[in-house]
Amino acid sequence: MLKDRLRSEPSSHSLHSPPKKSGPQPQNRASNGLDQFFASLQDQESLSILDFSGASQANISFITSMGHRIYSNDALRTMEEAFGSGGDFIANQSDPERAALFLRENLEFADRTFDGALIWDTLQFLAPPLLQDTVDRLYRILRPQSSLLAFFHAEEKAQTAPLYSYRIVESKIMSLTPRNQVRPVQYFNNRSLEKLFQKFHSVKFFLTRDHLREVIVRR
Amino acid sequence: MWNKRKEEEYPPKSPAAPAAPTSQIKENATMSTNPAPSHHATESRGPAIIGKSVMIKGQIFSREDLTIDGEIDGSVELHEHRLTVGPNGKLQAGVKAREVVVLGTIHGNVEASDKIDIRKDAKLVGDIKTARIVIEDGAYFKGSIDIVRPEAARTPAPSQQKQQSTPAAASSTSPTPATAAAGDSRS
Repeated sequence: MLKDRLRSEPSSHSLHSPPKKSGPQPQNRASNGLDQFFASLQDQESLSILDFSGASQANISFITSMGHRIYSNDALRTMEEAFGSGGDFIANQSDPERAALFLRENLEFADRTFDGALIWDTLQFLAPPLLQDTVDRLYRILRPQSSLLAFFHAEEKAQTAPLYSYRIVESKIMSLTPRNQVRPVQYFNNRSLEKLFQKFHSVKFFLTRDHLREVIVRR
Repeated sequence: MWNKRKEEEYPPKSPAAPAAPTSQIKENATMSTNPAPSHHATESRGPAIIGKSVMIKGQIFSREDLTIDGEIDGSVELHEHRLTVGPNGKLQAGVKAREVVVLGTIHGNVEASDKIDIRKDAKLVGDIKTARIVIEDGAYFKGSIDIVRPEAARTPAPSQQKQQSTPAAASSTSPTPATAAAGDSRS
């Protein structure tokens, strides 16, 4: 697995650094981005929401209790399967077959489209060519007026950034369970994010005290 | 093919049909566990079991609870009963049941009129339609979840209906205020 490989191979090409010795402690934090995301769904029912955090009881219960349908996918796991074995995690993203596998597993839905997408911090682990392909696919599967929530770590000089499991507690509160420390592929500022999502209608930023840039992108 | 106990209780209707002495794949077979008249009371024994060394290709219909620990390629229907997919169970099949408990693997769409329970280490790839769902941490699920509200006749109040469809609520503690600034940009 990617995490095991990177743990034993902390070279400059590795994405992950050794995890902390203490066990992961979930912490709750407020999220204006999450609040805005759910506000955009207000007064609507039977919407389809894409969730990249993997199946969790909390997210499923919260979203289905609003009367919506959830589509769960563990994008990080797919990332590990596609790029984690043999070679460098980032370099592997340039391999067309591996990239196609990642896109197929995460973003191929035949005729299915979505009214919202919880992407969390998945995008910041993708190298530029695949990153843009992924955003383009998201554009195609999201319906007009729908919203996308994504997180990007905003500390420019940080060597590593925490990798979390995201669970919804309330409409504006999420629970973060640390999974690992990772090296971000690139630093994203507002300008680079605007460029990344230039096909979309609008991009709204929330910069938090813990150096997490929350982004609401409107299709 | 079925476990020995089952063969004893439900002999083949057609005398020409030989009892399967060992595990084997049967192409395009339609199997049923409809309880034919029997000398034994159904309630006195456990659910029907398809063992881990059994592979079946075809349709399975059952009018009693069923546990599958083998491999199924086709479809499984137990409309008013519970299906348990054991840890060794591998289904490449559409599933319809009142209740589905997954400890193994399902590739296919699942309709559970009452509840689906996806246990730790289980794997389910497919779309789910159900009234209630429980997913343990560690389970792998890829697909959509559509919560089907119980019929209005069964549930008098809409609020009760909502509670029934969301069995597990995440516990919350006091939040840590984190937002410091917000900006808006239009492209």
